[in-house]
Amino acid sequence: MAKAKTNTEDYLRMYRQMVRIRTFEDNANQLYLSAKMPGLTHMYSGEEAVAVGICEALTDDDRITSTHRGHGHCVAKGAEFKEMFCELLGKAEGYCRGKGGSMHIADQSHGNLGANAIVGGSMGIATGSALRAKLMGKDDVTVCFFGDGATAQGLMYEVMNMAALWNLPVIYACENNGYSEYTKTEEIAAGSITARAEAFGIEAHTVDGQDVLAVNELTQKLVARARKGEGPFFMELMTYRYHGHHVGDINREYYRSKDEEKDWKDNRDPIIRFRAFLVSEGIATEEEIEAMNAEIEKNATEAVAYAEQAPYPPANEVDMHVYAD
Amino acid sequence: MREITLSQAVNEALAEEMRRDPSVFILGEDVAEAGTPFKVLSGLVEEFGTDRVVDTPISEPGFVGMAVGAAMTGARPVVDLMFGDFIYLVMDQLCNQAAKQHYMSGGKLTVPMVLRTNLGATRRSAAQHSQSLQALVAHIPGLKVALPSSAYEAKGLMKTAIRDNNPVVIFEDKLMYQDKAPVPEEEYLIPFGEANVKREGRDITLIATSSMVQVAEKAAEMLASEGIDAEVIDPRTIVPLDEATLLDSVKKTSRAIVIDEGHQSYGVTAEIASRLNEKAFYHLDAPVLRMGAMDVPVPFSPALEDLTVPTPEAVVENARKLCAGEMIHAA
Repeated sequence: MAKAKTNTEDYLRMYRQMVRIRTFEDNANQLYLSAKMPGLTHMYSGEEAVAVGICEALTDDDRITSTHRGHGHCVAKGAEFKEMFCELLGKAEGYCRGKGGSMHIADQSHGNLGANAIVGGSMGIATGSALRAKLMGKDDVTVCFFGDGATAQGLMYEVMNMAALWNLPVIYACENNGYSEYTKTEEIAAGSITARAEAFGIEAHTVDGQDVLAVNELTQKLVARARKGEGPFFMELMTYRYHGHHVGDINREYYRSKDEEKDWKDNRDPIIRFRAFLVSEGIATEEEIEAMNAEIEKNATEAVAYAEQAPYPPANEVDMHVYAD
Repeated sequence: MREITLSQAVNEALAEEMRRDPSVFILGEDVAEAGTPFKVLSGLVEEFGTDRVVDTPISEPGFVGMAVGAAMTGARPVVDLMFGDFIYLVMDQLCNQAAKQHYMSGGKLTVPMVLRTNLGATRRSAAQHSQSLQALVAHIPGLKVALPSSAYEAKGLMKTAIRDNNPVVIFEDKLMYQDKAPVPEEEYLIPFGEANVKREGRDITLIATSSMVQVAEKAAEMLASEGIDAEVIDPRTIVPLDEATLLDSVKKTSRAIVIDEGHQSYGVTAEIASRLNEKAFYHLDAPVLRMGAMDVPVPFSPALEDLTVPTPEAVVENARKLCAGEMIHAA
């Protein structure tokens, strides 16, 4: 594994954040399976090293835009379980007072401009946030998360062109999990994804999205350069989603095999890999890690129980927040 | 009072607001040195520089999306969409993104942006540069929609739009850019949701938007010579809509025609007429009439194009029939 941070606290926080995401998703999946969650949701499990490796290189002033598969970004950018589970259940104490739900969860206090249920829909928002930073003389950086499927949207090429023309402080983070909904990426993407960014003169990198330190090391470098006006940058993060496109996508052997899923889970899991690294480097003992895992599980269980009991928004909120004052 | 063109009025509004608030900037195609094809923005880049008058590539979804992101993070962009017809290109960014951010975030995110664009046929520009698409955006909760009818309104509404904390779409009539009107030297704003009674009358209410206000005023003059006293009202913004002023007028006159240059079916005229029917039915002596553009793509040939939009003569004919009771049992 690549070494980016030498600080033990940083390592442990990255591990904790990855486990928090996995635990959040496991609980969210259970809420869906037990029919306690309205609608459906898209699991981030398997991709934790991407969100955590990137967001750990950002400050609260830095912005991100997220996707329909956005719980991981939300946790990694600093959100709390209680408000997140409340949002998933449509409760008043959710981050968006229950009006956004899983696909629109936003936490602007930590710079998360929100998940977006239109594939590729937030690329303009992210690039505009970077334009604002440049015009107003701020040094914050915006990271635009999107999947390989979104590379088929025309908006991406319009905004990458402008970001490159104007040297905007934006980093395009393409989470390539191999599947565009129910279709293999190779069937929807001609040529190379990074070459598309390079065509605009944007420096592009491909990185192992299952290696949190590699992701973090690269992001730190790119963020520092973007702050100095050397942006934009493009990262293709090779990763894998353990669940289907959404929680209801159970029978998926028509587009990918169980053997393939097992191989990623057994041999390339970002949490298992990082845990082994922490133990072998003497940063944490197995016991300490188990204790951390248990504490996170307890936090999640308590947050779910809280959210289940929490009140729904009152009826008078239905036409509130259509317009700002 | 001095008179300036609608174009100068918009230019002044932008310049004043950009001087007042450094977070205001302009983004769009050929907005800087070119000052737009209609030359509305001429001179602004000289005062504010290319950092605040930003020329973009021909990428409407891209730069409108970027305006949304800039607005969500503390700027106040004014996006210039060269022709109102291009709204179709930016529907996702405008209607799925800008319009919904405040609501979806439970009131935490705001999108204080202005999208200024235009409407209006009879410029011989054919079907893709002549449409009046205000009904499309007025249908979407979260957007405000202003339709200035003169230089005075264009300035006052633009200044209000820039200070509003919501996405506002302003449609200027592209044939009115050189029309002059009295505009005060001193600063003023026109609040949204306040209709303007342009002419008082007792017999029939003509509710008209944008350049159709001129059509209604001409019709009212012609009707006066026939002894029909028409009231003319300009809603100025259709979202929010000053329903109270429209209802008060209709309750007084008992008859109304609603005139707007968008297509008639499922349009602005239908919405306003429906509200009057629902809320003033027992005060009406005749059905409320809609007069929109014909439900056809705008044709190029002048001989055909001129047939597609409401004219003063057509308004007079309808008003005359309504006042004579001829249309009460119309098919």
